[in-house]
Amino acid sequence: MREYRSENRQLLIRLGVAAVVMFGFGFALVPFYEQICAAAGINNLLQPDRVAVNGQVDETRTITIEFDANTHDLPWQFKPLQREIKVHPGQLVQIAYEVVNNRDYPVTGQAIPSYGPRVAGQHFRKLDCFCFSGQTMAANERRTMPVVFVVDTDLPAEVNTITLSYTFFEVAGTQATAPKVGGPG
Amino acid sequence: MAAVIPDHLHDHHHGPTGLMRWITTTNHKDIGTMYMIFSFIMFLSGGVMALTIRAELFQPGLQVVQPEFFNQLTSMHGLVMVFGAIMPAFVGFANWQIPLMIGASDMAFARMNNWSFWLLPPAALLLLGSFFVPGGAMAAGWTMYAPLSVQMGMGMDMAIFAVHIMGISSIMGAINIVVTVLNMRAPGMTMMKMPLFCWTWLITAYLLIAVMPVLAGAVTMVLTDRHFGTSFFNAAGGGDPVLYQHVFWFFGHPEVYIMILPAFGIISEIIPTFARKPLFGYASMVYATASIAILSFTVWAHHMFTTGMPAVGQLFFMYATMLIAVPTGVKVFNWVATMWRGSMTFETPMLWATGFIFVFTIGGFTGLICAIAPIDIQLQDTYYVVAHFHYVLVAGSLFALFAGAYYWLPKWTGHMADERLGKIHFWCSMVFFNITFFPMHFLGLAGMPRRIPDYALQFADFNALATIGAFGFGFSQLIFIVVVIKCVKGGEKAAARSWEGAQGLEWTVPSPAPHHTFEVPPVVK
Repeated sequence: MREYRSENRQLLIRLGVAAVVMFGFGFALVPFYEQICAAAGINNLLQPDRVAVNGQVDETRTITIEFDANTHDLPWQFKPLQREIKVHPGQLVQIAYEVVNNRDYPVTGQAIPSYGPRVAGQHFRKLDCFCFSGQTMAANERRTMPVVFVVDTDLPAEVNTITLSYTFFEVAGTQATAPKVGGPG
Repeated sequence: MAAVIPDHLHDHHHGPTGLMRWITTTNHKDIGTMYMIFSFIMFLSGGVMALTIRAELFQPGLQVVQPEFFNQLTSMHGLVMVFGAIMPAFVGFANWQIPLMIGASDMAFARMNNWSFWLLPPAALLLLGSFFVPGGAMAAGWTMYAPLSVQMGMGMDMAIFAVHIMGISSIMGAINIVVTVLNMRAPGMTMMKMPLFCWTWLITAYLLIAVMPVLAGAVTMVLTDRHFGTSFFNAAGGGDPVLYQHVFWFFGHPEVYIMILPAFGIISEIIPTFARKPLFGYASMVYATASIAILSFTVWAHHMFTTGMPAVGQLFFMYATMLIAVPTGVKVFNWVATMWRGSMTFETPMLWATGFIFVFTIGGFTGLICAIAPIDIQLQDTYYVVAHFHYVLVAGSLFALFAGAYYWLPKWTGHMADERLGKIHFWCSMVFFNITFFPMHFLGLAGMPRRIPDYALQFADFNALATIGAFGFGFSQLIFIVVVIKCVKGGEKAAARSWEGAQGLEWTVPSPAPHHTFEVPPVVK
């Protein structure tokens, strides 16, 4: 049995290294999936969308775009400057939201868009948006922030109204907050 | 029969006695026994949680527990059964049987083996203790999906650390098994002569080394998201909750095979013994096990068909999943072919093994149905899925564990187990298992969601039936305690070869197996 000692130890080290590598692999999956999502255009939250170059405007259709704004545990006033607008698919449009930081200290937030109906999301191309990066608001600052977008001409025919809804989340670690409430309920 | 004990098989034990003997032991048989006792205690605690869940679901409305506690119960039932009961039980079998089967004197790293086991009780205390902290135990489901797991109270942190500790324990156990199987075999015991239980455990151990660290990584990311301001899964910080599911199921799907491959090994030992024929298609069994293990890395996203995956992805994972049915089918075919024209007798282990093939195959077929993406979108998170995985985990892994326990109890204790009680245990388990879980297929097809403490009135009858079955099943397991205690205390003396048709090195040592065996390696022809 003794002659196996060093052989066993060697195999132990190799398998141990394999386990450590696999622990790293779990973390490597994070950038890996980021690349996959970027390549496949899935869940593209932080980059401008690509738009067809020879964008034709489809004047025969008129789509109503409704705007909505929410905050999540954030002491901000956040509202769209227009409740809704009417656009033609393919038309370049700019609208704006307004944010007020009610607190007397700076706060950083990140806006996440969502769309209703869900299928409209992939046809709603944002060229510029305050949601592409975190927004740091100075104490009591008021800011008007634009969104530039185009609605694809291949939007399904049954969609006549699109709701664009933003929710501002606080980016963790930028200020002391009350500890998270424990447990469900 | 075992009257002649060669002098190298001395039975005396050196070192501390009493409690310290068990804490400091490096003997693979002692450690195997401790693993099994631990896993049975965890099995009972997980069972109490399951019965509380079923009591709540006996009638529509809320009677027994509040929804928050119900969520804690479903989550902890899953974690406790997977990491506390099934996995340590198989490691216990590996500890007892692998050195005996390959003619080694002990596991390769006896002290690490001791540590692997003794990490488990603190982890279990951490897990079960989380019921008593503010906010209660982890309640995000056993999968601990973000973003819910990022929001829970400190019970979640305790669960995360428990998973870390249990993960380290299984990785060390797995490394030990790989080294033992590869380096410690007796002269002449070539790889392709190895008992199939050793083969399936070798492959399982590789799976463990590959995926347990990935789970550790996933829960570490949850932990840093919760406390250290990272945003792996926090959409507001640029993360993505779906990422958690991808990382988790990269672990989670091979984990399914970690819990069933050793069961295949046990069944492949028992069927030939009681059919009194060598295993049909030994080599194809080995290759089938290996291909199941490799394929298990390519199917993880079949747990995620409803996350908005592109159709190409759904098709790939659907076909890859259905491909696993081929090697699994080979195994079932080989077991049945082993029985074909064998001189079969149905002692308790054989009853469990035959029952295993019957019910496990039902679970396999419902797995195929769940694999079909368009059907799965309907069945996702319904009781159909609950029925499916209990058919493979209870009727699969657990029945195989009972089969193995009845099969090797004579070797472990030196006494034959009570056949009559064993058979009653089997038939009660078999009948009540099906009463519990078969109606869940219908509930799931009708759309009853899982993990919800209340349900619509039309589900009432099947739920009442399932609850009656669950209590019957739960109390049937107490028979097993009686059998084991009786078997340890006395009973018919077991011969070295306790079963007439049993083959393999473990049957060449006396029963009970002496404290030290194969200190001089046997020669396998």
